[in-house]
Amino acid sequence: MATVIVVTSGKGGVGKTTTSASFATGLAQRGYRTVVIDFDVGLRNLDLIMGCERRVVYDFINVINNEATLNQALIRDKRVENLYILPASQTRDKDALTKEGVEKILSELKQSFEYVVCDSPAGIERGALMALYFADEALVVTNPEVSSVRDSDRILGILSSRSRRAEQSDNPVKEHLVLARYAPDRANRGDMLTVQDVLEILAIPLLGVIPESPAVLQSSNAGVPVILDEDSDAGAAYGDLVDRFLGKDLPHRFTEIQKKGFLKRWFGGG
Amino acid sequence: MLLRSPHAANEDPLPFELKGSLFTLTVLHLFQLDRAVIERHLLEKVKQAPGFFNNTPVVIDLEGMAEPKEGLDFKGLYELLRKHGMIPVGIRNGTPKHQAAARLAGLPVLPESRSNGQAKKPERTEPAPSRNRIIKHSVRSGQEIYAPEGDLIVLGAVSAGADVVADGNIHIYGALRGRALAGVKGDAETWIFCQSLEAELISIAGHYRVCEQFDPADRAKAAQIYLKEERLIIEHLTR
Ligand SMILES: Nc1ncnc2c1ncn2[C@@H]1O[C@H](COP(=O)(O)OP(=O)(O)OP(=O)(O)O)[C@@H](O)[C@H]1O
Ligand SMILES: [Mg+2]
Repeated sequence: MATVIVVTSGKGGVGKTTTSASFATGLAQRGYRTVVIDFDVGLRNLDLIMGCERRVVYDFINVINNEATLNQALIRDKRVENLYILPASQTRDKDALTKEGVEKILSELKQSFEYVVCDSPAGIERGALMALYFADEALVVTNPEVSSVRDSDRILGILSSRSRRAEQSDNPVKEHLVLARYAPDRANRGDMLTVQDVLEILAIPLLGVIPESPAVLQSSNAGVPVILDEDSDAGAAYGDLVDRFLGKDLPHRFTEIQKKGFLKRWFGGG
Repeated sequence: MLLRSPHAANEDPLPFELKGSLFTLTVLHLFQLDRAVIERHLLEKVKQAPGFFNNTPVVIDLEGMAEPKEGLDFKGLYELLRKHGMIPVGIRNGTPKHQAAARLAGLPVLPESRSNGQAKKPERTEPAPSRNRIIKHSVRSGQEIYAPEGDLIVLGAVSAGADVVADGNIHIYGALRGRALAGVKGDAETWIFCQSLEAELISIAGHYRVCEQFDPADRAKAAQIYLKEERLIIEHLTR
């Protein structure tokens, strides 16, 4: 049976789309048939980060409105086998996202895919609610700052009360924390929350810590999910995250200050 | 705060707004119907405490009527109570006949507070259902949990931006980072307990204190909070 995973956060700009692209790519790389759906109607950019924006003909809303079939709208990734993208509409209005429409598409996708990854828009409006409603699992993306953590907490409340699993008193949505844009030196200085601070407040299992990294912007400008840049810290962190999701027990990297930082502090650098 | 009516957008300024609100009302539990006896006792009360019924709104509760089958002259009762400074605003419990008569006299029938049967006393053999509410997980930002008529017990934490509200006591087995309001119907004997006091606001029977007013020494401590002479007292819980 296919698993539907929502990548959500509440707050905007924390790294949901970056995470969705790398997570879906990582699952496909490891041999699972995976599709990633952009729920950000009107502000689509998953296709940019996946580097397939020039191949978009039909979108999610076209399929909901029966203007195209799923097969016409799905874009096959050129680099990774088993990976498909269902882009969002740039023009349509969010009200086109109906519960019935989304359910129809998800159940059709679940026939042929093992993982369905839903990239949620920011906020707690219709688009975000639709993206999480049918989820079996959730990657809650948070940055190490108070407002982001607060919004993630809010989203966790919504997952546990307004998802389909909650409404039908089914097993709850399985929650995973993704702490993105983490900078250990700044956390240690007290400019940012530490991993422990965030875990204490949100109290859900930590799936991965993604360091703040210039590689992310470089990759997204190049239209390549950062997980494919295996030599970069952020790419390696996403690789670990996917392995952990699939059950591997790996220690968290990138949570401590690199040696250089320590020496700098001791010998008078900063 | 608990019942908010939706606000219609894109319209002229509204001439009025309907909002749910909670009130503490005096309930007059009526046991019998002899108006002369009732009046005698009312006069007695007023003599002890002049001005005791100072246009006090009251709800007439008929649950304890000795002879519930008897007919009731609501108009007469209404006048009697008005004469002694009470303003009946509705009735509670009573037989369907009583309720019909009350409606005719212009007195609405209010929802029953406890038993859900007719005017009968609850069966002795059946234990009264507990009014307490247990939440087995954390209360997250944006959520509001209310325990009417009883205690609220939260097994997890209460996040910043979450509200926990009870007519009775509030017990939190995790950290309290949001707002906790106990005794919201006015019960000043209610307490709040939490494993770590990091609250945005605490309130007992309307006496509140916000985060800024906490003693830093109380922060993140296991605490019990109660009212003493209308002042909120915070004590550390020691084990
Ligand atoms: N680990 C990281 N290090 C550095 N920059 C990052 C990292 N993760 C994300 N960013 C940057 O943050 C910005 C927002 O990222 P992204 O679009 O993934 O967020 P989002 O949560 O999907 O935003 P929205 O809410 O608008 O959909 C982008 O410019 C991206 O390059
Ligand atoms: Mg996005």
